[in-house]
Amino acid sequence: MTLALAVGAVLAIAAVAVVAAPFLREPVAADDRLLPPDAAQQLQLARAEERDRTLDALKELEFDHRTGKVSDEDYRAQVGMLRQRAAAALRDADG
Amino acid sequence: MPDLGRAALVTAFLLLVYASVAGTFAAWHSRRRLAQSAQNALIAAFGATAVAAAVLLAALARHDLSFTYVAQHTSRELPLGYTLTAFWGGQEGSLLLWLLVLGGYSVAAVLTARRVGREVLAWVVPVLGLVGTFFALLLVFVASPFATQPAPADGAGLNPSLQNPYMAVHPPMLYLGYVGLTVPFAFAMGALLARRTDERWIVATRRWTLAAWAFLGVGQLLGAHWAYVEIGWGGYYAWDPVENAALMPWLAATAYLHSVMIQEKRGMLKVWNVLLVTLAFCLSIFGTFLTRSGIIQSIHSFTQSSIGPWFLGFICFITAASLALIFLRLPLLRAKTRLESLVSREATFLYNNLLLVALALTILWGVVYPLLSEAVTGEASTVSKPYYNFFLHSFGLPLLLLMGIGPLIAWRRASLRALGRTFLWPTAAAVVAGIALLAAGAGSSRVGVIAYTFSVFVLASIVLEFARGTSARKALGGVGWGGAFASLIARNRRRYGGYVVHAAVVLFAIGVAGSSAYQTVREARLHPGDSMTVARNRLVFRGFESSTQPNHRAIRANLWRYRPGKNQYFAEDQVSNEVSIRHDLLTGADLFLIADQVNSDGSVDLKALQKPLVNLIWFAGFIFVGGSLIALWPDAREERRLAERYEGATMRA
Repeated sequence: MTLALAVGAVLAIAAVAVVAAPFLREPVAADDRLLPPDAAQQLQLARAEERDRTLDALKELEFDHRTGKVSDEDYRAQVGMLRQRAAAALRDADG
Repeated sequence: MPDLGRAALVTAFLLLVYASVAGTFAAWHSRRRLAQSAQNALIAAFGATAVAAAVLLAALARHDLSFTYVAQHTSRELPLGYTLTAFWGGQEGSLLLWLLVLGGYSVAAVLTARRVGREVLAWVVPVLGLVGTFFALLLVFVASPFATQPAPADGAGLNPSLQNPYMAVHPPMLYLGYVGLTVPFAFAMGALLARRTDERWIVATRRWTLAAWAFLGVGQLLGAHWAYVEIGWGGYYAWDPVENAALMPWLAATAYLHSVMIQEKRGMLKVWNVLLVTLAFCLSIFGTFLTRSGIIQSIHSFTQSSIGPWFLGFICFITAASLALIFLRLPLLRAKTRLESLVSREATFLYNNLLLVALALTILWGVVYPLLSEAVTGEASTVSKPYYNFFLHSFGLPLLLLMGIGPLIAWRRASLRALGRTFLWPTAAAVVAGIALLAAGAGSSRVGVIAYTFSVFVLASIVLEFARGTSARKALGGVGWGGAFASLIARNRRRYGGYVVHAAVVLFAIGVAGSSAYQTVREARLHPGDSMTVARNRLVFRGFESSTQPNHRAIRANLWRYRPGKNQYFAEDQVSNEVSIRHDLLTGADLFLIADQVNSDGSVDLKALQKPLVNLIWFAGFIFVGGSLIALWPDAREERRLAERYEGATMRA
C-alpha cells in the first residue's frame, strides 16, 4: 500500500513536471504565438503541391505510354499540355 | 497494487482532459507553450496508462484474485499464457488495451508529424485527447479493471473458446487496427479546424492509415482462422455482427486508401476523403461498441454491460461534430479539377469507392436493423446469411473485377485502342479459365465460376503490370531484368505493394469461393467399427479416448489419424468443440471433422467437411502482409521530395 502510494505520487509529480515543462523551460516567452504560415507561405505551399502533382502526372503519362497503356495519339494529345502546365508550375513554385 | 492502478488511470484521465481542454484553448488562441504543454500531457497520459496496464498484467501473472477482473476471467489452473491474454479477454481489460494502444499511436504520430505544421498539430492533440478522455472516463468511472473484492478460493476461469493461441494475437491486432484509425481522423479534423486543407495531413498520416488498415486486415484473418479451428462449426466467417464490426471500418479505410490517391494526384475528392476518414473512425468506435456493450447476441460478445449508452452518446457526438465541421469547411474543400473521363484510372477508383462504401453500409444496415426493429416493434429479428451473401455477390464481384481493370487503365483518360491492347491478355486468360472451369464441372456454382474467372483476369493483369513495368524500366538501360524489377518496386512502393495486396485479395477470393461454393458435407452417427466416406476419404470410428488436463477433461473420437472431440472445462463449467483438421498442402483443401454429439451409447454424431482451396485464404494472409510491408517501407526519394516541398511552409510554423 505504502509502496503503491509512493509510486503513485512519483507518477503524479512526473506528470505535472512533464506538462509544466514548456513553461518551466521558458517562463517568459518573447513570442508565444503558434505562428501559422502567412498568406505568402500558404501560396508557396499550394504551388509546391501543384508543381509535384503536375510533374507526377507527366511522369505517369510517360510511364503509361512506355507500358502501352496510353496510345501514341493520346500521348501526343496530352504531353504538350502537361509539359506546359509543369513548366508554369515550376515557374510559380520558384517565383 | 489496485490503488496504484486506479491512481495511474485517474492520472491518465486528468492528463487527457487537460490535453483536450488546454489543447483546444491553445489552438484557438494560438498559444505556443500551452499547445506544447497539452502535447506533453498526451505523452504523459500514455506513460500513466502503461503503468496501469503493467499493474493489471502483474495481477494476472500473480493470480491475484482480489482483483475482481482477475477472478472473473482466470482460474488458478489456467496456463500462464492464457492468464496473460485474459488482459483483453474481458471488457475492462479490453478498454484498457484500447486506451494503451491509442496512447502509443498518439505519441508516435504526434512526435513524427514534422511536416504537418504546428497550427494543425495544435488541433490534432485535443482531438486525440478527447477520444482518449472518453476511454479513460469509462475506465475510471464505469468499468474499472481495478475493482477489488475479498479473494475467492478460485477464479471463474476464461471462456474456453478464448483458450486458443490465436487469442494472443488476434485481439491486439484488431485493436491496433481499430485504434489506429483514430490517427487519420484526428489529423483530418485538426486540418479542418486549423483551416489547412492542403495535403500535409494526408502526408503525415499516410503510413499510420496504411498500418492501421493492415493490422485490421490481419486481425480479421487471424480471427477467421481462430473461428475455423476453435469454434468448431466448419466455417471461418458467419456474418456475425462482431465480425461485421471489424469488416466495416476496414472497407471504409480501403476506400479511403484508394480515393486519397486521387486527391494526391489530381487534387480532387477532398470532401469525400474526410468523410471516409470520419466514417472509418466512427465505424471503428461502433465496432468496439458492438463488441463491448452486450447489445447484440454474438459468440464474440463475451459480456453484458452498462457501457452501451456511453458509447452510443460518444458515437453520436463524434459523428455530429465531424459532419458539422466538414459542412462548415466545405468552401475550403472544393476541388479545382474535374474528372476528365469516365474511362480513366481515377474513375475506376471512384467506382471502387462507391462499391466499397455501398458494401460497408449494407452490412451496417444488416447489423443495426435487428436492433432498430427490436426497439420499435419489441420483437427480436435477425438478418441472416442470404442477405449478406446477396450484397457480397452484388458488390464484391464487381469490386474483384475492378481490381483487374484499374491497373490497366491510364490516369486522366484512355482510348479504345489502348484499352484493347492492355485488356487483350488478361481477358483471354479469363475466358480460357472460365471455359476450362465449365468443362471441369465447376458450373454447379455460377458465383464460383464468375469469381474464379474474375480472379484469373485480375492475376493476369497484375502479372502484366509487373512484366510491362519491368520491361519499360529495363528499356531505360543500365540494369538487367532483376535490377529493373527491383527498381520498379523501389520507385513506387505504394503502387506495387498495392498490387501484391490485390494478389492476396484474389487468392483470398479463390479460397472463399472454393471452400464455400464447392465444399462437400457428410453427417453420420457412427458406432465403434462403423465408417463413412467423404471426398474419397474413408473414416473408421474406433471408439472414444479420454484424458485429464490441469483445467479440463478431453474426450476424443478415435478415427485413426483424426481426433475430433470435446473438452469439459472444470472452473468454467463449459464444454467446447475440438475439431480435427487435415491439411492437404498440395491441393489447398482441408478435411474438417467435428464430433457434433458424443452419445452415451458410445456412438458419435460425426460431421465431415471437405473444403477445397481453403488454405489459400490463410496463405493470402502472408501475401497481404508482404504487400503491406512493401507499401509501408520508407522511400528515401519520396522523403527528400516531401522535405523540399514542405521546407518553406513548415519551418516557420
